[in-house]
Amino acid sequence: MNDQTLSFFARLALAFKVFFRIIANQEYAVRVSGLGTDKRPAPVRPTSFKEAHPDSALQLLGLLQQDGRFIDFLEEDVTGFSDTDIGAAARVVHEGCRKAVREHFRIVPICSDAEGSRITLQEGFNASLIRLAGNVVGKPPYSGSLVHRGWRVTEVSLPKIADGHDVRVLASAEVEL
Amino acid sequence: MSEGRFSLGIDLGTTNCALASVSPDLDEPQEIVSEVMPISQLTAPGTVEERPLLPSFLYLPHPEEFPRTELALPWNSEEVFVVGELARSRGTATPIRLVASAKSWLCHQGVDRRAPILPPEAPQEIGPISPLEASIRYLSHIRDAWNHVHPDASIEEQDIVLTVPASFDPAARELTAEAAGEAGFKNLVLLEEPQAAFYSWIQATRGEWRKQIRVGEIVLVVDVGGGTTDLSLIAVTEQDGAVQLRRIAVGDHILLGGDNMDLALAHLLKNKLAGKASMDLWQLQALTHGCRAAKEALFSNPDLATCPVAVPSRGSKLFGKTLRTELTREEVEQTIVEGFFPIVDVSAVPLTRARGALTRVGLPYAQDPGITRHLAAFLKRQVSAAEDLEGFAQTGSSFLHPSAVLFNGGVFKAEFLVKRTMDALNSWLRADGGSEARLLEGADLDMAVAKGAAYYGHVRRGRGVRIRGGAARSFYVGIESAMPAVPGVEPPVQALCIAPFGMEEGTDAALPTQTFGLVVGEPVKFRFFGSSVRRTDSVGTTLESWAPDELEELDNIESTLPADGRTPGDIVPVRLHARLTEVGTLTLEAVPLSGDERWAVEFNVRGK
Repeated sequence: MNDQTLSFFARLALAFKVFFRIIANQEYAVRVSGLGTDKRPAPVRPTSFKEAHPDSALQLLGLLQQDGRFIDFLEEDVTGFSDTDIGAAARVVHEGCRKAVREHFRIVPICSDAEGSRITLQEGFNASLIRLAGNVVGKPPYSGSLVHRGWRVTEVSLPKIADGHDVRVLASAEVEL
Repeated sequence: MSEGRFSLGIDLGTTNCALASVSPDLDEPQEIVSEVMPISQLTAPGTVEERPLLPSFLYLPHPEEFPRTELALPWNSEEVFVVGELARSRGTATPIRLVASAKSWLCHQGVDRRAPILPPEAPQEIGPISPLEASIRYLSHIRDAWNHVHPDASIEEQDIVLTVPASFDPAARELTAEAAGEAGFKNLVLLEEPQAAFYSWIQATRGEWRKQIRVGEIVLVVDVGGGTTDLSLIAVTEQDGAVQLRRIAVGDHILLGGDNMDLALAHLLKNKLAGKASMDLWQLQALTHGCRAAKEALFSNPDLATCPVAVPSRGSKLFGKTLRTELTREEVEQTIVEGFFPIVDVSAVPLTRARGALTRVGLPYAQDPGITRHLAAFLKRQVSAAEDLEGFAQTGSSFLHPSAVLFNGGVFKAEFLVKRTMDALNSWLRADGGSEARLLEGADLDMAVAKGAAYYGHVRRGRGVRIRGGAARSFYVGIESAMPAVPGVEPPVQALCIAPFGMEEGTDAALPTQTFGLVVGEPVKFRFFGSSVRRTDSVGTTLESWAPDELEELDNIESTLPADGRTPGDIVPVRLHARLTEVGTLTLEAVPLSGDERWAVEFNVRGK
């Protein structure tokens, strides 16, 4: 660690960073106020991460392949093909994948405003729905330009899978007799 | 007690089935809501999904084709055949194992509908099934899917309204009712599809329908499904101060629908691609799907001049192997609009081609794709359909003038085709000195039949308006005149009316005075005829001759007198008695002149 050799400017920068963080973050402020005293900060509780079950992911890949030839599309090398060829294939993939996705998910935009329009974010906005970018300083309300309207799934209805069905088979090989 | 039961409407379609329900806890007619009930089905091996439509396809797999568990359904882990979406998709690659259009086969008089003839020309080892059996399996699938979700309200105990084309003959209605019986439905009634569509419209107006149609009007229902075109006329009459609806005429069975249109476009594009690549059946199917989407895009966006259609290769290589072509507005208009909805004069008659003597056994598809021509012929034939109704006089008209039109079927999602049909009809009306007909808005084109059927099942318990229909035809038995046999000359046939037009459900026809001789112990056949235009004949009316399109010959009817207590070979004089059941099927009985016995007379559905 080179903490002991911080330059003046580095210390100044750190001071500002800590200053704003104390203002913005109550929990942090409590921890800083405990520095120098004997009170040890409460240990940060670790977040538990759950293992994502691969079945639904495999199922979705299967649906995208079945309806939209998604894996065929990705597994082929596009170099060497003209844009016309790729465009023709893309139509198949676009139409099919869109059908597969729309059949199993209801996807709605998070912001209904047109992209490029100015919007204002009030205090308490949901940071997991809206991501700030660029000159992220100061306090809400924030005003900014909507770059991407965002997408959110409101309904999921995946097919039911029979016991013993191998979801790793995204498309069976086909033999014509 | 019918209280506490669901009313379920089942649309057993040529290409898709649908199920709708009205819950038992509803009161006011204006609030009756039919809900579409999604049907669980295999959409891929080992994969079950709920879909609003159950494709009317049945796949008979090879024992080696699927691992054991892959065909399991939530209610049956040992299923050996496939119904629905997976059947349809598998069938495009292996058509010899696919049963399709079973409903059209069910009313095909040229074949034995109880014989295992489907898939047509399938190798024997596939284990073909009969058109009746296919219908039983579709209905059984719907039964099991419902029962799986409603363990406390098993479908067998609910009120079922099953729809049939208005043009279905008595034998096809009987077979449909039999299939429903085999599937276990106890409380069944049949309803004509155009009527179901009309009920759905009534329901959709939420009580406003009385303001949209008035007493004295005649509504034309044009129902173009995937495989059939069905026409009906409904008159708005008044009795004792209450508005009454009467179905006064139905059209002929026309095997022509939306699928034919998509296929016509696919063949057009296939020819366009002909120089560049060869196409297998699978790709033609993909092309047909592509054409349907492109057609819908062109119809819904008038600014679009062309719409690209891409057909992938079957192999995993997409680039360079995907066929690309485009459908132009001109092609769609030429093929669909001019081909299927030509602007014709009302005097136009559907074209008929002489069939080749050696045609294979197949479905009797309509030979003229012009739906407007079929419509013109229907309205002309039914010119006097409203004659006997008070206040409906249309003197001097050359065809029946409808005042409003209700459309049904996915084809009419293309508003352009609605407009086109209205334009044709209105040009005939103007030329004939009538006033223009208007369009009844607010129909649910895809689900109307199932929803309307569920609604009807609810209102027939006594709440809400009903359409009075009755027999769509009058029925006749052929009597061969005794005359010396002359080689090459058929003995002349007279037609004896045994059931009058409009005979109501649950009623008996009078007994005719004429008798027939039945030979004890031997099956005796009679020729059987129906007429959709002779509406004033009563039981006993005997026709010496008739115009070619006045009477249509139906399946033969036959009866066998049991020999017990009689001498085989003796002849017993009987009279033929007709009854229209509550279910909506026609039953015939042979009644001897003396005694209380009755013998069933059956439709011979074993083909001619």
